[in-house]
Amino acid sequence: MVEHGIHATQAVVTLDVALPGIIWGWMITLNMWAKSVGTGVILVGAFLLYRHKKDEMPNLRWMMPLIAFIFLNIFLLFTLADLHHPYRMVNIFLHPHWTSAITVGAWMASLFTALVTVMLVIGYFDAHPNVRKNCALANAARANSSLYEKIFPFVVFLAIPVTLYTAIIMAESSARELWQAPSEVMQMMWAALMAGSAGLILISGKWSPEARRDLALVLAIATFFSFLMYMGEYFFSFKSAEGEATLAYVHAGGAYNAEFWFGMVLGFIVPFFLAVGNMKSDNKTLLKFAALMALIGLYMAKDVWLKIPQMLSLS
Amino acid sequence: MKLGFLVDLNLCMGCKGCEVACKVENEVPLGSWRLRVKYIDIGTFPETSRSFTPLRCNHCESAPCERICPVSALHYLENGIVNVDSSRCIGCAGCMMACPYGAIYMDPETNTADKCTYCAHRIESGMMPACVVICPVQANIFGDLDDDNSHISRYIMEHQGAVQVRKPEKNTTPKHFYVGGGNQTLNPLAQQRLEGYNLFNNITHLKQIGDPHESVIGRFLEPFESEEKLDNRSFIDFDNDNYKGGH
Ligand code: SF4
Ligand code: SF4
Repeated sequence: MVEHGIHATQAVVTLDVALPGIIWGWMITLNMWAKSVGTGVILVGAFLLYRHKKDEMPNLRWMMPLIAFIFLNIFLLFTLADLHHPYRMVNIFLHPHWTSAITVGAWMASLFTALVTVMLVIGYFDAHPNVRKNCALANAARANSSLYEKIFPFVVFLAIPVTLYTAIIMAESSARELWQAPSEVMQMMWAALMAGSAGLILISGKWSPEARRDLALVLAIATFFSFLMYMGEYFFSFKSAEGEATLAYVHAGGAYNAEFWFGMVLGFIVPFFLAVGNMKSDNKTLLKFAALMALIGLYMAKDVWLKIPQMLSLS
Repeated sequence: MKLGFLVDLNLCMGCKGCEVACKVENEVPLGSWRLRVKYIDIGTFPETSRSFTPLRCNHCESAPCERICPVSALHYLENGIVNVDSSRCIGCAGCMMACPYGAIYMDPETNTADKCTYCAHRIESGMMPACVVICPVQANIFGDLDDDNSHISRYIMEHQGAVQVRKPEKNTTPKHFYVGGGNQTLNPLAQQRLEGYNLFNNITHLKQIGDPHESVIGRFLEPFESEEKLDNRSFIDFDNDNYKGGH
């Protein structure tokens, strides 16, 4: 019995300073989540364009860059807002430090957003030939319509590192053992596919059932594998001492336990079954519901995973 | 030249003189610490003992904080010191997420990252760090690790086998050593933080990182606002009761 007493094996801190609370909070969660949507719609959109004819998804050519543009700007806005000196963001471009994934990511994300903006302008004015007929920008966009198809492969390629670099920032956060590079890289990828398919499902009302079935397939695969990874990380992080200490606290009903399970059920389990069901019989309403659930649950899961390792005292 | 620190925990008596000297020398605001002395109790009454551990930045040779800093605000000096250029810092807090020792804080006055610099400004003019000078029992030993005859190098040689660093498994190669330390003093996972370990108040966690009075919008407006004078009182009158979690 005596060996179970905390004093036998552990010291008790009797005087110390106040420790920092959560350092990276909801703004970083929102940042990661919005980036998953912004890059995911491009990746999943490319998959759809590869598999189906354009006229099966009439609004995809301009809606895909529009959704990406909106969410990339949310991502950039909250990246900026989270900085204690937002205007000094310019230092990343003036004094870049290339070992930092934050630097590499900021450069890539800026380029990516610029290219998506070009695609949006061309895609929108092409799809709306009667809008702003006398506008020089609109006419230039229409005249260079083929540029869209030329830059698209490059944008798809760039979407991969843009979605993944946050995983490398997490890996470089050496103080948080819970975040291991291989699992974070895969989680970011699944998150992009999940958020991308969910985003496109919400605008797929007039698309062919085959295209929607593909979206349901991507959503089902992404939620399934991401859920498996969360379960593996949540229950079996035995080999990392600090990860295990963090999770032992959460498992015991500590903070964020309820949010984690809400996220898992809402964002992964429910959408998975709805998406699988939708592959048999097309039900637009249920699929949209699944997409919404996936987006909400993904935010919750990311929020928990971001915050819990920050509760561990480091010194 | 590679400057390093060694603390002989057998000598340290927990007077916190170094903590105070550091605060004064570097004008560290209330609620932030570059150097602190942590007390831990080991054993059950009446067989208890108390240990004191001064904790500061380790000036790691392979520093994760330097690696993650996007703008090189954290950078190496030629003498091995990991220094901070607060005029360049963008306040991303990446370094606070990367330092495995929790050695970095967001200065509530400047809203930039800061930490122990081994008193780089004093070293530059040939002086010892403030904490070394103040220590009444000379438990802080500071010097050039590249020089085999320096006090610190000789101390390390004399105590071979008993010299330790914090979290060696992180491969950060700290240039801050301890003699007389053990798992319970150096490893935070071997310590329990029970409520109220802070003698003078109930604040165990800081609610806000950086200036507690500045909102997100305020960060954007800051360059256009007139300077509001902050003093130490500004940092203690905020509500910390709602903080959830932490262990
Ligand atoms: S102890 Fe932390 S702040 Fe100091 S050099 Fe190492 S990683 Fe950086
Ligand atoms: S908070 Fe400042 S010092 Fe720390 S990583 Fe960001 S820019 Fe660098």
